Amino acid sequence: MTALLSLTDMEVRFGAAESMASAVDSVSLEVKSGEIFGIVGESGCGKSTLANAVMGLLPGAAHVDGSAKLQNREVLGLDEKSLRALRGDEMSMIFQDASASLDPTWPVGDQIAETIRAHRKVSRREAKQQAIDLMTEVGIPDAASRYGDAPHRLSGGMRQRIVIAAALANQPKLLIADEPTTALDVTIQAQVLQLIRRLRDDHGTTVVLITHDLGVVAEICDRVGVMYAGQLVEVADTADLFAAPRHPYTRALLAASPGVPTESRRLATIPGQVPAPSDQIPGCRFQERCPRRLETCMTTPHREPVFPNEVACWNPEPLPAGMASPTDLLGEK
Amino acid sequence: MTATIVAPATPQRRSKRASNNAVLAGAIILGLLALVAIFAPLLAPHDPETVVADQVLGAPSLEHPFGSDALGRDVLSRVMFGLRVSLLVSLAAVLVSTAIAVPLGLLAGYFGGLTDTAISRVLDMVLVLPALLLAITFIAILGPGSTVAALAIAVIYLPILARVMRSSTLVVTRNDYVLGARARGAGHLRVLIGHVAPNALGPVIVQASVLSAFALQLEAALSFLGLGTQPPTPSLGGMLSDGRDVLSQAPWVEIFPGLTIVVAVLSFTLLGEGLRRAFDPKGVAA
Amino acid sequence: MTALLQVENLVKTYPASGGLPFRRKRFTALDHVSISVDRGRTLGLVGESGSGKSTLGRCVLGLTAPDSGSVIFDGADVTKLRGAKLSEFRRRVQPVFQDPYGSLDPRWSVGRSVRESLDVFRVGTTADREQRVRDLFDRVGLNPALTDRLPSSLSGGQRQRVGIAAALASDPELIVADEPVSALDVSVQAQILNLFQDLQNDLGVATIFVTHDLGVVEHVSDDIAVLFHGELVEIGPADRILHDPQHDYTKRLLSAVPRPPLIGAGTPRPTTPLAHPTILPTSARTAPATDIPTTD
Repeated sequence: MTALLSLTDMEVRFGAAESMASAVDSVSLEVKSGEIFGIVGESGCGKSTLANAVMGLLPGAAHVDGSAKLQNREVLGLDEKSLRALRGDEMSMIFQDASASLDPTWPVGDQIAETIRAHRKVSRREAKQQAIDLMTEVGIPDAASRYGDAPHRLSGGMRQRIVIAAALANQPKLLIADEPTTALDVTIQAQVLQLIRRLRDDHGTTVVLITHDLGVVAEICDRVGVMYAGQLVEVADTADLFAAPRHPYTRALLAASPGVPTESRRLATIPGQVPAPSDQIPGCRFQERCPRRLETCMTTPHREPVFPNEVACWNPEPLPAGMASPTDLLGEK
Repeated sequence: MTATIVAPATPQRRSKRASNNAVLAGAIILGLLALVAIFAPLLAPHDPETVVADQVLGAPSLEHPFGSDALGRDVLSRVMFGLRVSLLVSLAAVLVSTAIAVPLGLLAGYFGGLTDTAISRVLDMVLVLPALLLAITFIAILGPGSTVAALAIAVIYLPILARVMRSSTLVVTRNDYVLGARARGAGHLRVLIGHVAPNALGPVIVQASVLSAFALQLEAALSFLGLGTQPPTPSLGGMLSDGRDVLSQAPWVEIFPGLTIVVAVLSFTLLGEGLRRAFDPKGVAA
Repeated sequence: MTALLQVENLVKTYPASGGLPFRRKRFTALDHVSISVDRGRTLGLVGESGSGKSTLGRCVLGLTAPDSGSVIFDGADVTKLRGAKLSEFRRRVQPVFQDPYGSLDPRWSVGRSVRESLDVFRVGTTADREQRVRDLFDRVGLNPALTDRLPSSLSGGQRQRVGIAAALASDPELIVADEPVSALDVSVQAQILNLFQDLQNDLGVATIFVTHDLGVVEHVSDDIAVLFHGELVEIGPADRILHDPQHDYTKRLLSAVPRPPLIGAGTPRPTTPLAHPTILPTSARTAPATDIPTTD
């Protein structure tokens, strides 16, 4: 499979000073065509900033460096007009709060039809028909009669389905979903996740799913990248990540997740706090909280996990017997 | 556990700085105007009410920088004294209004239910009447004059300020810390004075400073109509009225009091707008 | 031993929004709910939005009056308490809130917020109160030097610790915590959940832990009550509810929680899509909006 989205040395800084540390710090990764790629991390780790940078949605004060290529086409530094043509067409984004993404005074169906007509020359009637089809597809019962409803007449789960329908209206190749189920009840969350997976299966849409919830990752993602303090610290197949987390932070995060089966009822905690983006830290940003810290970690940062199943750590958790990392395989060549 | 204070530079900071500048600019201009008004008796080059026959409609000169009016009175001196009256009336009106509106809005918003209905309905009755009509009715009953004008303006703004107080009280009351204070055993009075009032006051202060600008205009309008400050006491509105008749021969009689009103209103608005941004919950949360 | 808290047949309705004022339907937030909490025990109150779990918590705190039914705390009906009896009750039952940003007065130093109930009840001298505040900060794992700070200079986890310290100030026998960790990051969440466990073990304070998250509740609860659309669908020991749920809704809720698999468990749990999640029959009364399952 080829890379649909490839990020190289993505860097996002806020403020003018060159000395200011980045909200996103040299992130490189490849998202393959047709996969659901999870980006997981705690608040402030830069996962949403990264997604907004790719979409060109950051405020003017943000400085974005590096490269983000969608199907080998550079999307960073595009002017607003080209970006608008791209957004909602080639790539779409949905957010946590569905009600905030919908105009409260507009019928929900019209909001989908609007997205269609913004990018393609179709008649009003055709756009309406397509919108109804989309609403049916995302699982809105009796779509034709809900077409004219205002957003507040729908439940939270239904509103998020409308937002997904609008995002998919022009069959984008890439869908970035930023915490799409965080505001929803668990039973509704399960349905929306199932919907996202089905849309990927049916249309081959590539999905980048941003979440703080490792449970959601386990449920739906093929591969996952873990972010900590602006950096990508580990990229792995979901199965491998849970079977054998390599980065100490990933392991600590997993151990701290409620609902993970543990021996006692007590949860593991991570000592200390996440460093602020402005903190100047030579070496690894996790060093102060890390149980596996080496001398090297204090001075030299371990850079970019470029290969799949890589980890940005000088002293990663050992692989269990029988599992080989791709770099090991490369080394054998 | 040790604490690390995280103070990220946010875009909100910049807007906060801009709003600080607006507040500062508004406050400085207003302060200067207030100084001029307060010390008018010392600063004014001439007596504002002295009629000088050979100075009728005199053009601006070194002796009379703003010229003189149809009765030969010094316009600069009259503007200074007029400002004094106008500021006094409008500020007094807004202060009185706020002093009554705050407790009313607080009670209505905090207790809700019947208390709210009773207070809100009475205020609505005042609100439905057109402001100027209300003021004129007031003056028709009590007779014209500065004090009555101030009272009328206070009554007009009462429902507006009370509503602002009520709605910000509603928002603050919904916070868990208010619920928490009650659950920790604090009585209503303690909760109202300790938690609700201080946190709900911001929008009212903003509204009051914006309304001061309107109060100044309203006072000028009433005096212009001859219903506010009575001649020969100079007032900005009254001077506008005087200047209207001689606008083509001696525009200075009209222009200088007019400009003064504009500057005063503008500085109140600047102050209000700046305060509004400073009290913006998003700015506070950052 | 009688239960510390006994809630019987509690009913609470609210006017539903929309419709004409005089024929507005009422929305039933709680429909004949009965629960009880023994001294030193923790009851996890689980439900999704609209289940009435927060309303129940507020009724227990005496902040919302139920339409009918009773809330008996240590033998006295909370809904009938007035005056001195009511403030005594307020001292013994304390809330902890969800939002660490909204639960502290932004203008008060966090030390003053913690001291509030001591001030209200005039406990000891000013110096005693100051000392008690510092002890409480220490107890919840906060540096006592932070007492002079405003909430805005603390992190979400620190604020939640302040909220817990404020609840503990009056030596309560029951704490009602409404979603106390749902606004927090995973690693901070774990710290606060552990703190709750410590408080139960060390202070023996009974807790009602209101949450939507079954993953969270298993770390703190002795018993679990599951609410759905204002009705109590299942109540029992935590282990039993989590491992042998009887009611369809509880089963559905449990299967819907996405869980990361056990670390090092070889391959992750196969991802099982919710097979046509069934909606429970809702009674004729106005129910909150419900998602209708997708039919593929």
